Amino acid sequence: MSTATRHQTTELDRVVIRFAGDSGDGMQLTGTQFTSVSSMFGNDTATLPDFPAEIRAPAGTLAGVSAFQVHISDHDILTPGDQPSVLVAMNPAALKTNVGAVAPGGTVIVNVDAFDERAFEKANYTSNPLTDGSLVGYKVYEVPMTSLTMEVAKAAGVKPRDAERSKNFFALGLVSWLYSRPVDGTLGWIEKRFASTPLVLDANTRAFKAGYNFGETAELFEVNYQVRPAALEPGVYTNITGNTALAWGLIAAAHQANLPLFLGSYPITPASDILHELSKHKHFGVRTVQAEDEIAGVGAAIGAAFGGSLGVTTTSGPGADLKSESVGMAVSLELPLLVINIQRGGPSTGLPTKTEQSDLLHAMYSRHGEAPVPIVAPMTPSHCFEVAIEAARIAVKYRTPVIVLSDGYLANGAEPWRLPDPATLPDLRVEFATETNHTEEDGTPAFWPYVRDEETLARPWAVPGTPGLEHRIGALEKEDGSGNVSYDPVNHERMVHLRAAKVAGIAKDIALLEVDDLGGIGAAPVLVLGWGSTFGAIAAGVRRVRARGLSVAHAHLVHLNPFPSNLGEVLGAYDKVLVPEANLGQLAKMVRADFLVDARTLSKVQGVPFRAAEIEEVVLEMLGATSGTTIDEEDVAS
Amino acid sequence: MTDTQIPVTTRKDWTSDQEVRWCPGCGDYSILAALQMLMPDLGVRRENTVFVSGIGCAARLPYYMNTYGMHSIHGRAPAIATGLAVSRPDLDVWVITGDGDSLSIGGNHLIHALRRNVKITILLFNNQIYGLTKGQYSPTSEQGKVTKSTPFGSLDTPFNPVSLALGAEASFVARTHDMDRKHMQEMFRRAHDHNGAAFVEIYQNCNVFNDGAFEKITSKDARADNLIPLVHGEPIRFGAELEHGVVMEPDGRLRIAEVADVGEDALLVHDERRDEPGLAFQLSRLARGPYEPTPIGIFRAVERPEYGAAMTKQLLEANERRGPGDLTSLLASGGTWTVEA
Ligand code: SF4
Repeated sequence: MSTATRHQTTELDRVVIRFAGDSGDGMQLTGTQFTSVSSMFGNDTATLPDFPAEIRAPAGTLAGVSAFQVHISDHDILTPGDQPSVLVAMNPAALKTNVGAVAPGGTVIVNVDAFDERAFEKANYTSNPLTDGSLVGYKVYEVPMTSLTMEVAKAAGVKPRDAERSKNFFALGLVSWLYSRPVDGTLGWIEKRFASTPLVLDANTRAFKAGYNFGETAELFEVNYQVRPAALEPGVYTNITGNTALAWGLIAAAHQANLPLFLGSYPITPASDILHELSKHKHFGVRTVQAEDEIAGVGAAIGAAFGGSLGVTTTSGPGADLKSESVGMAVSLELPLLVINIQRGGPSTGLPTKTEQSDLLHAMYSRHGEAPVPIVAPMTPSHCFEVAIEAARIAVKYRTPVIVLSDGYLANGAEPWRLPDPATLPDLRVEFATETNHTEEDGTPAFWPYVRDEETLARPWAVPGTPGLEHRIGALEKEDGSGNVSYDPVNHERMVHLRAAKVAGIAKDIALLEVDDLGGIGAAPVLVLGWGSTFGAIAAGVRRVRARGLSVAHAHLVHLNPFPSNLGEVLGAYDKVLVPEANLGQLAKMVRADFLVDARTLSKVQGVPFRAAEIEEVVLEMLGATSGTTIDEEDVAS
Repeated sequence: MTDTQIPVTTRKDWTSDQEVRWCPGCGDYSILAALQMLMPDLGVRRENTVFVSGIGCAARLPYYMNTYGMHSIHGRAPAIATGLAVSRPDLDVWVITGDGDSLSIGGNHLIHALRRNVKITILLFNNQIYGLTKGQYSPTSEQGKVTKSTPFGSLDTPFNPVSLALGAEASFVARTHDMDRKHMQEMFRRAHDHNGAAFVEIYQNCNVFNDGAFEKITSKDARADNLIPLVHGEPIRFGAELEHGVVMEPDGRLRIAEVADVGEDALLVHDERRDEPGLAFQLSRLARGPYEPTPIGIFRAVERPEYGAAMTKQLLEANERRGPGDLTSLLASGGTWTVEA
């Protein structure tokens, strides 16, 4: 490939690119590879995949559009970017559904071969958008991607129908040129990925090179760009999605706890990738059962936990509904259990592939009776690793189910992750009970399954196979201590309080809430309180506010139940509290109830994450400033 | 633990200190007794034995066994037992369930446990009624049954549990009844020794809400003419003088005939190991309900790969191929790059 360039190369500090095409066009693959090559190059990256719920909606229709947005920069970034500066649209439908998001003056690269009457019709265009003036204000590049790809791919010897399918590699090549990406990484990746189909490998390689060379030689583009590596903390990095990080976190947690990992799960979007990932790692002793339904998935995990495994079940909203009864049982049995809910748009089947944070109150209150469950939520894709370990720590130490609330955005989004040294991971080893712990009136030693540890209030974990500790547990109310079935009203009240106190007591054992307030806690007039995947957008929004010389504080909850013990104090230190959430105000409701604080909700339930500008705007309003005050957008990382 | 001797035990060792709380006269008592008396003979340890149950009268049984046990929630015992048995192949896992528990609310778990062939022993106490909720009809109640919830008679066609288990690919299917301890014990022993999911239907009398449901076939004087014992390798015949037998018609249907009429050689010879389940299914349909000659015994006992062992094998193979899991290489498995200081 030629490296000499007649083009001028312009330096950019960051760029947001969105690849959009038909779901059959391979946009997720293209975007993922572009991200990976950029990360390896040293940029900071953040991604936002956006795909339809239908596996293959009719080709060329608006419903079938699949998109992948990636933000690359020469400094640390927090979000996949508010607005793409470049859109690659493989067909009219992709253009129509995505062009509205592009920044004014942005670049639109279209596969002009796909722009014909039939395609306009499918995309509900009444006229050709390339000629009817609707793209005025954008820099539009018309590239005949299909025909150029067909030409080179046919030379590789693939059938014409297959040749056309390499066009996403053409697009990848073109964008790789446009942003001066190294090519060797992608060529090597194509070679590995398509090793078993040499013809396809050859066609894709040729298409990729053709795209790259097209940029170089076609004189269509006046300039190309360079985004220099970011000054990231030294270390070994990998690109990771939230679901992979979660799966690896579970493996690491089981390893640190010296327990076998058992997953009972039923396939559901967007959680299935955790099942897929864990199923690969049998050499870690991971057992995965694809259960007959959601209830069986959690049931099997509870059975395995009784037997001394780290029992896990993974799901999303509708599955979480179905598991509620079993999670309530685990509360009563007081067995460790991890319930991973990758939240998606609800209610009911809702928006399976879109993100939302609307299961917080479900996690808190979906079980009948007084059935408290600790809840933790990751903030970024890579943070899922740490949170899986923290959830396991709480579960095994306190013998309780723990709910992890991730979401579709974290699950599929990717970011560079500085690998932790496994030697620094916490020690989660637990001791199973091996001795009797009670003496009957007649002096005989006995094992009582509900004798509690004074500090943690956890009951002993005595696994079958331990001689002398044979015991029965059950979902009926049991007598404090002996664990025998008991309908005694006073005992019931005691048990309800004990279970609640056990979970509430975890607050003593979790990190205090950190507050990012430059002047110290309470200095800024407004606190933005978030939880889960809103972290990036809030932190970026806060940066933007600060770039205007204004001050605002940010605190982000990882533990949602119990709350960190200083939360009340933190909230009390601020006059105004804003809680952005991808729901109608669930965390706000919880902090209002617990701390009588006048928290204001910023709600967004559009299936996509908050944009930094949306947070900024409301904070400015609360500060009495207006967004009319100009800042140099490009100077503020988001 | 395999090298040390299994301690000698008696029924008392297997009996917990909990007071048994079934209604006096309930068939559950004789099933519990049969089980507690059998356990010392099974060559197993108490600490390695787990009884898992769901909800219903039968589901109380684990509390009465001095072993590990879990009285779980309605219908879910086969799922819970699956997780336990798969993750702990060293344990003996029993599921105690009833007709409402595993044929109604937990129907899905039952059929999938049987299909997977996880090594669990499932004892289904079939009393054809909901006892614990005080007398509604169950999925095995005869059509037209008048109960509190069906004052004008039930409309549903009942399940035949043995047919259902056979249809769910069960590798071991048997039927017994609460009036015959020896027969129960023989079925429980065979089910326990089976390497896979074993299903035993027990006709159990609920003397409070459905008294006498099986009387027509299980009462002492009715048995000879109404219980058809299935014995592997033997012609299928019954009656005080073994005067009745089962024959196959030229069109493939099964029929009860008089041995005197058809001759001994015409009798169907029972083969529990027959791979093809069709004949076992036909036998399960010989009686329309427990009021006419009904086969009891082992309908099917075939060998199929056991799910937990197959999973353990995959784990060992992966370990051999890739070596024991190593966190450092796991974290690097997606490709890495280094940012220098
Ligand atoms: S209700 Fe029926 S099945 Fe239940 S304990 Fe009483 S007699 Fe037995």
